[in-house]
Amino acid sequence: MASIGLEKSGAEVLLMGNEAVARGVIEAGVGVASAYPGSPTSEVIPAIAEVAKERNIYVEWSTNEKVALEVAAGASFAGIRGFSVMKQNGANVAADFLVNLNMTGIGSAGLVIFISDDPGGGTSNNEEDSRTVAKWLDNPLMEPSSAQEAKEMIKWAYEVSEAVNLVTFVRGVGRISYTRSNVVLNELPDKNKPKPFFPDIWDMNNPRKSRFASGPFPIFHKPLHEKLEKARTIFETSSFNRYMGPEKPKLLIITCGACTSYCIEAVEELKLKEEIGILKLGTTWPLPEKLVAHHLISAKKILFVEEMDPFVEQSVMELAASLLPATAKLSFFGARSGHITPYNELSTDIVIDALSDILNVAYRGRDIAYENLSREAAKLVPHRPINLCPGCPHRATFWALKQAITLDGRNGFLCGDVGCYSMGFSEPGYFQSRTMHAMGSGAGVASGLGKLKQFGFDQPVLAICGDSTFFHAAMPALVNGVYNNSDFTLLIVDNSATAMTGFQPHPGTGQLATGDPATVVSIEAVCKAMGAFVEVCDPFDLNKTTDALLKMMKKEGGTKVIVMRHMCQLVKDKRRIPREYRMHVDPSRCLADNCGCNRLCTRLFGCSGLIVNNETGKAVIDEALCAGCGLCSSICPANAIIKEAN
Amino acid sequence: MRKEKLKKDPYNVIISGVGGQGNVLLSGFIGTALLNEGFIVSVADTFGVSQRGGSVSSHIKISEKNLYSSVTLKGKADVIIGMEPVETLRTLLDFGNPAVITIVNPRPFYPSGGVEYPDLSEVRQTIEKMSSKTQYVQATEEALRMGNPIYTNIILLGAVVGSGILPLSRESMIPLLEERFPDKLLDFNINAFNKGMALIAET
Repeated sequence: MASIGLEKSGAEVLLMGNEAVARGVIEAGVGVASAYPGSPTSEVIPAIAEVAKERNIYVEWSTNEKVALEVAAGASFAGIRGFSVMKQNGANVAADFLVNLNMTGIGSAGLVIFISDDPGGGTSNNEEDSRTVAKWLDNPLMEPSSAQEAKEMIKWAYEVSEAVNLVTFVRGVGRISYTRSNVVLNELPDKNKPKPFFPDIWDMNNPRKSRFASGPFPIFHKPLHEKLEKARTIFETSSFNRYMGPEKPKLLIITCGACTSYCIEAVEELKLKEEIGILKLGTTWPLPEKLVAHHLISAKKILFVEEMDPFVEQSVMELAASLLPATAKLSFFGARSGHITPYNELSTDIVIDALSDILNVAYRGRDIAYENLSREAAKLVPHRPINLCPGCPHRATFWALKQAITLDGRNGFLCGDVGCYSMGFSEPGYFQSRTMHAMGSGAGVASGLGKLKQFGFDQPVLAICGDSTFFHAAMPALVNGVYNNSDFTLLIVDNSATAMTGFQPHPGTGQLATGDPATVVSIEAVCKAMGAFVEVCDPFDLNKTTDALLKMMKKEGGTKVIVMRHMCQLVKDKRRIPREYRMHVDPSRCLADNCGCNRLCTRLFGCSGLIVNNETGKAVIDEALCAGCGLCSSICPANAIIKEAN
Repeated sequence: MRKEKLKKDPYNVIISGVGGQGNVLLSGFIGTALLNEGFIVSVADTFGVSQRGGSVSSHIKISEKNLYSSVTLKGKADVIIGMEPVETLRTLLDFGNPAVITIVNPRPFYPSGGVEYPDLSEVRQTIEKMSSKTQYVQATEEALRMGNPIYTNIILLGAVVGSGILPLSRESMIPLLEERFPDKLLDFNINAFNKGMALIAET
């Protein structure tokens, strides 16, 4: 299949929301696109990067979301359309720049951010609703209901952004970003861009546009609110806001984004098309009040269906209050009434339940006999915990760390961070991580804990971060530690990729977003230059790694770093690097339950490539899963796990 | 362009398995082929922690009229393609119904962390009890015979196409395999696909 960025106009293709967004960016003639990887948005930049040369687009992986937005803003200032994409957490990182950017306004070319939130938190540590960021900082906000609409909205967002001179948000959720569906493509623009030019300061015809300096705020804050009112006027007539249903509905659903299809499907399933109306809002901030008011007073009951915060619900309730007494007899249902949960992902089933309850209509689900069958069968189905992959170098790091902390004997502990190694807080990482918050927070929290000696604190403090996380947010925390002489050891687990989000390159990999070679920023050289005491280990050398950890914990004073370097097994697989070892368990040596090891390899070590033979009770290698890394051969007390060079 | 009508609209297919078994590639092939046949499809893969070992599923909703939400309603699956027995059963708990058809790779994928795997024959019996029809395809075993468990999903793809439960043919699928795989891997994958078609014909 041709790259989605090059496919011809009129083609109908199966695209995930993130790819549709990328196509929208390309169709909008964007010149500069930048991001830090973060699921559920990680696929947008690679899809643009794939055609960056052919389409004359500059695309980069930036070190974090604030820098990414600054990069895209630079383009806007010089007259080139800029684009940035981030997950909900990224909006927080970028917010400090954005609040000031809203004061100055953007350049002559549009600037759009695609943010995808994560109801249910499948790819995140939290479940933040980034729409409140748009409201908090005063940015126009749209929410697509499908991949097709995401593509169209991105293009329109540039028109809005240029009309009101503000960054415009297009906000998806994981379900929009990751669902693949039919998308019809439109024309690609001329790939030539206007010559960028940073406006001349003496251009008296356009003094505001020649300077982008925030403050003094009273001058800029008032126009910002006027810009938002202008956006509201534009939104009043947007075709992304649609009403479906009878003229005078018994119940009006007000919904947006991914929930739109849940509502349509629920109404169809309940066969209530004649009675229920659906107002689907594509523009949710500022609220198109005239449009909403018109529909509000045509109904008697209102149900809000939206994921996470009751964002639209609150805006509409505020509007309803302002319309009194015309709205006095309306009854409202949604998060406030408990019909819609303001957390977790919604579904068609949840909307069906809400409608059945409010309208008192019965919905027949599965028959009782099958339901009973299902209840009985549930007892057979075990929980399947997530795990680090077979061959994962983090398993080696956590195993060595567990040994070292036990041998040290002073209740040392690890401050965790965000990445695959987040699993350090649970079974796969032997419960070693004891804190986990934002990107880079492990090093920051450790920097604080490492200064508690004066109060008698005597536990060794360690922190962990990945190679990509190091560049994103751990560097300032490490400098802080060195400068303030904080006593902790930072483990930088360098697996040569931003593995969690799909193996994107970063400054340490020597590769750009386009795959072209880049200057390698050496992690150990950076740490040394900062003044930390640095060692580099291969965690698969368990003994050496354990010794290094012990040494660092014992070393009095100062901030220490161990770079744990070993390539991610999935990256090895992608590069078709052959398996290093062939593994097998010698059944004459494995003593099963008679060993006294308490099934160390399958129960504790926990690599899914090792399983127990139910008949013999002995360990065996699952050849469908084993990555041949050889690590388990060094943990078996009976030396029963044998590795042979492949 | 559209060759056959759907047995039901929307028609709900769920692929269930364990992270790392390749359900996303499988759902992508099926989704794209259906789109090429003129259907409106919506494919939702489990997203989130991408590590191998957790339960994953892909929901494919097929329609001739509308773009529906991607996730199957409770108890409304028409076909479940099970890449693993326990995961097939897990999907039946929520989405099964007396009419559902299951195509199952019977090779267990054992959970880690000391979690016990239930009695396999009991799992199989329960799957059969909860389905109107169950067909087993020894996809992993066959893939291992071919030298790499990675072919499991393509063998299953062949089986699904061969079973005739979806309006798809070998002709609609081979060009997609040709597009997806580089020359040196294409033959292996076409072999795997053919193997799957042969296996389902035997059941």
